[in-house]
Amino acid sequence: MSLIGNLFRSTVGRKFLMAVTGFILVGFVTGHLVGNLQVFAHPDKINGYAHFLQSLGPALWVVRLGLLAAVGIHIWAAVTLTLESKQARGPEPYGVKKWIRASVASRYMRLTGLVVLAFIAYHLAHFTIGAAGADTFKTRLAEYQMQEEFHLLGFPIVAKGQTVHDVYSMVFLGFSSPVVALFYMLAVALLTVHLLHGFDSMFQTIGWRSSKWSAALRTVTVLYCLAYLAGNLAIPGAILAGLVKPAPGTTAAQRIAAVAPASLAQR
Amino acid sequence: MVAEASNKTISVTLRVWRQAGPNQPGSFVDYTAKGLNTNMSFLELLDVVNDDITRQGGEPIAFAHDCREGICGTCSLVIDGKPHGPHRGVASCQTYVRSFADGAVITVEPFRARPFPVVKDLITDRAAFDKIQQAGGYISVRTGAAPDANANAVPKEDAELAMDAAACIGCGACVAACKNASAMLFVAAKVSHLGLMPQGQPERDKRVLAMVNTADDLGFGSCTNQYECSAACPKLISHDFIARLNRDYIGATFRSAFTPASANTGGGA
Repeated sequence: MSLIGNLFRSTVGRKFLMAVTGFILVGFVTGHLVGNLQVFAHPDKINGYAHFLQSLGPALWVVRLGLLAAVGIHIWAAVTLTLESKQARGPEPYGVKKWIRASVASRYMRLTGLVVLAFIAYHLAHFTIGAAGADTFKTRLAEYQMQEEFHLLGFPIVAKGQTVHDVYSMVFLGFSSPVVALFYMLAVALLTVHLLHGFDSMFQTIGWRSSKWSAALRTVTVLYCLAYLAGNLAIPGAILAGLVKPAPGTTAAQRIAAVAPASLAQR
Repeated sequence: MVAEASNKTISVTLRVWRQAGPNQPGSFVDYTAKGLNTNMSFLELLDVVNDDITRQGGEPIAFAHDCREGICGTCSLVIDGKPHGPHRGVASCQTYVRSFADGAVITVEPFRARPFPVVKDLITDRAAFDKIQQAGGYISVRTGAAPDANANAVPKEDAELAMDAAACIGCGACVAACKNASAMLFVAAKVSHLGLMPQGQPERDKRVLAMVNTADDLGFGSCTNQYECSAACPKLISHDFIARLNRDYIGATFRSAFTPASANTGGGA
């Protein structure tokens, strides 16, 4: 078989593609979380950052299509390998079968993956396309005027006084709905379970894992997953619980005060 | 290790998969075995049950066995949902009745995998492993006078690691334990024990590509890194060898795509 044939047809090749795309996606969700945590800072931060990403133009689409391809290959490999593996058991299932040591996370990869897929679709509709929760979508909200210049790694990105989409308010308004916030929290929890097996599994599939350092790798995996979960639960969690309030003067602060002043005041 | 002499006896119920032949419907049948010496092996327990069945004019339970010393890889059996029974690093033939409680109901069934079709009752045809071996689990050597024993220097660590892989007896418990019926641990052991030796280097890339692709063609599943295989392995082959196999396979894939091949323009024999 050729290079492409080996990678896309053999089991080991497709597992390798799953590991590589998984690595790309882990990198993405990590960067995405770090970017999103700016919602806890001054509105200038996340709004300036979002404007910067939007202003990348064609480069943004290259990244988006690359990520979409990674998700597509990851799912395609998972589905084809799963179907073949189900075939491989043969006509008769075991009467009694016990797990010996497979981790709980590893037994539910397909289920957690499916929920994460549904979440990605909803998340894009919610905050990227504006098909879900359209009334609080960034294009429907009043433009935000930058109060200070926004820097990224020391480079000036967005000037003071420029008007940009109010992503800050969109996030606060979006997560003030309990159903939405709780679904986000459930989805990131299941994504964390997915990564709990997927993270060190990548190293095994690429061939870098060995018992010499697998315990250290496992520790890194668990610590990474805990940090990822904590960061991701914090955003919808803190907003829903009212632990963080939108900055005074923003659209989110005005709307939340106008819609339910009594209930929010008690929090 | 010699077991303590014991006069203790127990009784168990065996729930055994009975299947008259290939592609025939099968089902579980219960057999009661009474007054069993706890120091008899699990295969001896089947012998005792078969004696009873034969005396009553029935067809004895067919099961595969040969050395009964845990080294030939002939015995199989999934006992109570685990290949080779409850213990770690032990084949079915080295599993003893003392491992079971008095009155226990013990389910015994064949290894289940599409490439291991049931021949009869508990016997499966594991020739698929031979086909994987024939695809590359060998080294090509010129026969003749034996080479000097120390002509090829092999680091002690490599020799030990190769021996760990070579301990594989090819029983198929890894396939039986894997939820995907994947043969990765077996293929990894065979690829690694030759790949770690200098004699295995000339055919290293060709070997790994051919053995993995043959296993795929035979219908074995893929690895999901759950390590049930190495936990069920009677020789405790490490799943580190699977990582090694993955690395070898991907490396060989890229090398074979970019390394120039001879155009054979010079002719010759």
